[in-house]
Amino acid sequence: MQERVIYFDHAATTYVKPEVLEAMIPYFTQNFGNASSIYSIGRQNRNAIEDARSTVAKSIGAQNPSEIYFTGSGTEADNWAIKGTALYHQKKGKHIITSTIEHPAVLATCEFLQKQGFVITYIPVDNEGLVNPDDVDKAIRPDTILVTIMMANNEIGTIQPIKEIAQVCKKHGVLFHTDAVQAAGNIPINVQDLGVDMLSVSGHKFYGPKGTGMLYIRKGVRIENLIHGGHQERNRRAGTENVPGIVGFAKALELATLNLDAHYQKLYSLRERALKGIFERIPHVRLNGHREKRLPGNLNVSFEFVEGESILLMLDMKGIKASSGSACTSGSLDPSHVLLAIGLPHEIAHGSLRLSFGEQNTEEEVDYLVDSLVEIIDKLRRMSPLYEDYVKGV
Amino acid sequence: MMYSEKVMDHFSNPRNVGEIEDADGVGQVGNAKCGDIMKMYLKIEDGIIVDAKFKTFGCGAAVATSSMATELIKGKTIKEAEQITNKAVMEALDGLPPAKVHCSVLAEEAIAAALKDYRERHGLVEDSRYEGCAGCCGGCGAHDHGHDLENEED
Repeated sequence: MQERVIYFDHAATTYVKPEVLEAMIPYFTQNFGNASSIYSIGRQNRNAIEDARSTVAKSIGAQNPSEIYFTGSGTEADNWAIKGTALYHQKKGKHIITSTIEHPAVLATCEFLQKQGFVITYIPVDNEGLVNPDDVDKAIRPDTILVTIMMANNEIGTIQPIKEIAQVCKKHGVLFHTDAVQAAGNIPINVQDLGVDMLSVSGHKFYGPKGTGMLYIRKGVRIENLIHGGHQERNRRAGTENVPGIVGFAKALELATLNLDAHYQKLYSLRERALKGIFERIPHVRLNGHREKRLPGNLNVSFEFVEGESILLMLDMKGIKASSGSACTSGSLDPSHVLLAIGLPHEIAHGSLRLSFGEQNTEEEVDYLVDSLVEIIDKLRRMSPLYEDYVKGV
Repeated sequence: MMYSEKVMDHFSNPRNVGEIEDADGVGQVGNAKCGDIMKMYLKIEDGIIVDAKFKTFGCGAAVATSSMATELIKGKTIKEAEQITNKAVMEALDGLPPAKVHCSVLAEEAIAAALKDYRERHGLVEDSRYEGCAGCCGGCGAHDHGHDLENEED
């Protein structure tokens, strides 16, 4: 029936760009050697990894390639930064500061540490999802060892004042980590300008391969290792290197950095077109997240009186792939913790829809999306007892 | 998605959506906070449910179970309708994912709530099977709502 596939879920994952795949392929086949081996096919791979490291360092403005550590995911990088800091600095203190809207990779790691006796402070956000650097300043205690605040939110796209938060941390001599998984490839990242101590990135969010990630650790920053074994990654992260993955990760990040301006403009214009269409044609809608300080390709809206999973299923029937913060899609009884943290009532959070645009999306697809939403929201509202109550003025 | 074809059919083409203006019994269960509300309208003549309509705020399974529940009780006597359990609704839909079992419970409760309303309106005071569930899914402990089976993360 419906064969058309329109993908508006790039914040979940992206496809691998042909140039990236092409760069990776030789390392699956002829260049399969273990990078730790002394013979030529091993040595070549050592060079490929170090070239990739230089490329990545350049892309994020790191001073030295030796500050880049390849990991198996953004989640691993977050785990390493947080647990590694906790383990290494626990004699100094056991207090960690984060925000209420972090990705589970950070939140669940903090919860784990809490069970181990660490104390976690969760900084609340305002109703647009912003962390106030002054709140971080006030939360820092003598025993604070780490502040971890994401650069941009995965659900609502809000971009945090990372530079200001980093300055606060520097003033107090506290390490600062940021999860830049959603930011990388979408907005500029310069670790020196931002002043962060650690920064996590994941490859599959910017047209690179899944199962790849990176943790930037500023020179001089000490954290404990998480994965023990061989001497890979300068004795910091054991395990035979995923050479094709590392090469693909670096290629994708390099391309994303080179194309950043055009990418930003394209996604921004698609997002604004969708936003305008939805708000002009559908009543009782609210925008979740900050109007301006948000990722270019992120649109998160709540449709009152309807539930998110129903919207997703109906969009899927029209070939449109999107995401929601409804409880029914999160696998828990509560809707998204991010939407609740920005103050949405449960019933409004249940009706949320996240659209994340990508480089291959077109204006025509966005128009089709808006037309589809007009029809779907109307259909669901006609079925909704909440809407009935609203119309009858109950 | 892990829904059966029957569920998807009843979700995309729900039967008996709407209101009955002069309904003999109306029941509403669930709440917006949990993300599911079902409202059921019954037309009853001589002890037989001659028409049933619903309105639902909720996920695909909530809509499909509402739709199936109205189909199952139409033409049935009150006694027969009372015996329709959430399991019967689920079976008629070729099953539901574990996380969605509570939707079928809500459908059973919507029927019970509408019948209770009917009895109250007509002075037929009996011991109702249900006091009606207005609480959050999983709160009453009377049913296997299936929520502890899920453990997914986006």
